Amino acid sequence: MTAYILRRLLATIPVMIVVALFVFFLLHLTPGDPAAVIAGDDATPAEIEGVRRKLGLDRPVWEQFGVYVMNLLRGDLGTSIFSNMPVMTLVMQRLEPTLVLAIATLTVAVAFAIPMGVVAAWKADTSVDRVVMGFSVLGFAVPVFLVGYILIYIFSIQLRWLPVQGYRPLSGGIEGTLRSITLPAFALGMTYMALIARITRASMLEVLSEDYIRTARAKGVATPSVLLRHALKNAAIPIVTVIGIGFALLISGVVITETVFNIPGLGRLTVDAILKRDYPIIQGLIILFAGAKVLVNLLIDISYTFFDPRIRQ
Amino acid sequence: MRIRSSILKLGLAAAAALLTVSPSVAQQPKVLRVTMHADVRTLDPFWTTQTIAGIHGMMIYDTLFSSDTNLKPQPQMVDTWTVSDDRKVYTFTLRDGLTFHDGSPVTSKDVVASMKRWGHRDGAGKQLFGYTASLESKDDKTFIWSLKEPYGLVIDTLAKTGTSIPFIMREKEALTDPFQQIAEVVGSGPFVFKRDEWVPGSKTVYEKFKGYVPRKEPPSGHAGGKVVKVDRVEFTWLSDPQTAQAALVAGEIDYLENPQPDFLPILESNPDIKLESHAAMGTMGLIQFNHLHPPFNSVKARQAMLYIVNNADYLNTIAADPKLQRVCFSYFGCDVAMETDVGSEVYKGPKDYKKAAALFKEAGYNGEPITILHATDHQYINPATLVLVQQMRKAGLNLDVQAMDWGTVVSRRAKKEPPAQGGWNIFITGTTVLSSSSPVTHVGISMGCDKAWFGWPCDAKYEEVRGKWAFATDLESRKKIAAEISKMAYELVPYVSFAQWRNPVAYRSDRISGVISVPSVPPMWNIEKK
Repeated sequence: MTAYILRRLLATIPVMIVVALFVFFLLHLTPGDPAAVIAGDDATPAEIEGVRRKLGLDRPVWEQFGVYVMNLLRGDLGTSIFSNMPVMTLVMQRLEPTLVLAIATLTVAVAFAIPMGVVAAWKADTSVDRVVMGFSVLGFAVPVFLVGYILIYIFSIQLRWLPVQGYRPLSGGIEGTLRSITLPAFALGMTYMALIARITRASMLEVLSEDYIRTARAKGVATPSVLLRHALKNAAIPIVTVIGIGFALLISGVVITETVFNIPGLGRLTVDAILKRDYPIIQGLIILFAGAKVLVNLLIDISYTFFDPRIRQ
Repeated sequence: MRIRSSILKLGLAAAAALLTVSPSVAQQPKVLRVTMHADVRTLDPFWTTQTIAGIHGMMIYDTLFSSDTNLKPQPQMVDTWTVSDDRKVYTFTLRDGLTFHDGSPVTSKDVVASMKRWGHRDGAGKQLFGYTASLESKDDKTFIWSLKEPYGLVIDTLAKTGTSIPFIMREKEALTDPFQQIAEVVGSGPFVFKRDEWVPGSKTVYEKFKGYVPRKEPPSGHAGGKVVKVDRVEFTWLSDPQTAQAALVAGEIDYLENPQPDFLPILESNPDIKLESHAAMGTMGLIQFNHLHPPFNSVKARQAMLYIVNNADYLNTIAADPKLQRVCFSYFGCDVAMETDVGSEVYKGPKDYKKAAALFKEAGYNGEPITILHATDHQYINPATLVLVQQMRKAGLNLDVQAMDWGTVVSRRAKKEPPAQGGWNIFITGTTVLSSSSPVTHVGISMGCDKAWFGWPCDAKYEEVRGKWAFATDLESRKKIAAEISKMAYELVPYVSFAQWRNPVAYRSDRISGVISVPSVPPMWNIEKK
């Protein structure tokens, strides 16, 4: 088991090196010039060149890459060109909202989607199944921002139950955090509910047609026990995979939800940095996102060993 | 009896609770919650020309002069000043009670260093320093500004607002290279910046500076007494316009600087929300040509655009509400002192695509692709470019419309190479009416060749006339010169403007009062939270 985890950990090193190389050179090939943005509208070309020199952007790309890698090895992700703050500080400011949003979204999604998927498989080809699958299609089809606006209109503007926007940190009390995260978690959770419900249904249907399920039924095992103890556990691997991928996607891809609900998370930090060509932030975030994805994949792989003991061997 | 006694005890306990709660309620800080048009991402107002940096600067720094509601300069940090008979030497004395947030007094050394740093970055500042012989501190409160020749805009320039406002910093920060950001943010303005609560891209917090001594005059525009009536101001950045208006409707914010025009009817229908705009508030759209390459290196092609561009089409697309629209044919904006439409007869006349096509032919145009940089992520540049493309196609022009984000346009527009090698022919941008209202501060109006704005229009005679404006000593002479510039501009067409529209501010009138009306850079002093 330890050897398995170590092997997986070592395999992440070349992945991270490739990501660092790719991120750096791709960014430098992208059109856009932070120096022109900084110098302002009435700056002369000489002034723009002066800014470029001060930022070190006039140096050869390989030299810039060398500095970047050396800093990276020291754990220094650089300093934002515009705010003049260390990228790590900016990331730490934004980490909590994104993590809380991701966890809340997955909790909401899993809590609703797995029962929905199980019931849909159990009642396959009935009206219950069609309702669940209809909801699933809707969850995929309706954009997150639209769901967000509808939820804001109903629960914030009309009923005044929950805030329109903003994030209350955990340090201010869990109640405030839950109030601020409820609407975004449901808005974003719709898509993941749809995804997990569909996968759960498909996986359950496959398992429910197995001989051992028929045997269990023939032995007179109660339906809930057949569904939860026999079928769901054996259908878990694809579901866990989807949840894991979903979590990784959530960490890096919640831009729209963060924008609609004004959650100061990593997604918005990324988009703002791209629009401003704030290279150190973009580079730092992509490295962190890549690291998070690698870590989540590793955790998924490890979790397989619990669901399927054969993988351990 | 026992019940009555219990009720009595309960009543006494409740009263005691209320009494103990009351003082803490009274001590609740008054917090003004605001959403500006952008987030405070940069703390140095000289390092960037972003208006939001000016808004941040206006909170924490003070200025020597300020513009009042009629855009007339008034003293702010300056107490008295004199001008020599030959109009070449200005002597300024600072008023009493000026202190920085760290408790140190504001001295003329701080002023001299701040002005020199600002003069390296701002266009109007560069112009002023071009005529400056020396700027020196005489004593702690007096400084002398000597000119090489009389320059009519010294006080106007020091009172400028909008972007790159001449703020006064501590000498320590003001000695920082103008192309590098300052390390500490310590001003002498009415608010103190809370660095520990700053989350770039999300939230910026200011607290009332208790040591600030306001002027005695009532507030007017950015001038007069800056009396702070709240304890704390929080700028919350809401990048989504729909969420911003919903937050205002739900009362989660008190003030929204730049509501999107689409949402104005919703806000207008709410009795608790007030919309307000200053006469000179607004944006002017600019269609910028590259004068270095065909076809717009020919004046005929630029003149042809006057037969194509129709103000009303842009206005109806960008700001559909007629109350926000202002069809405007003045290169210096409308509803401002320099408003003039001299020479605009062709532009005002009916659109004539055949005539436009004929002029393009005279310019030597033979159907080569015209490269248009299209910023698809910009609130008004995107729809304006779509309108322009439609209008130009009506004249039979071959267009190469390249979609990109605004960040790429900013980089691409600096390229002087031909369009086929990564350059460009046209891009659309905008400016505030305030900036365009003066031939000095309006960067787009220059035809100074290499020194001109992107597109590099070039005409020496025109520049000579434009230069005269700054030396005129009274308003009437300036208006005359502005009319002369306008006539020449319509002949040479450095760019074509497409109208003017207002961007009112919206605020909760049931919660706040005392909002000061200005064209740009809204002040947060004088606002009272009910």
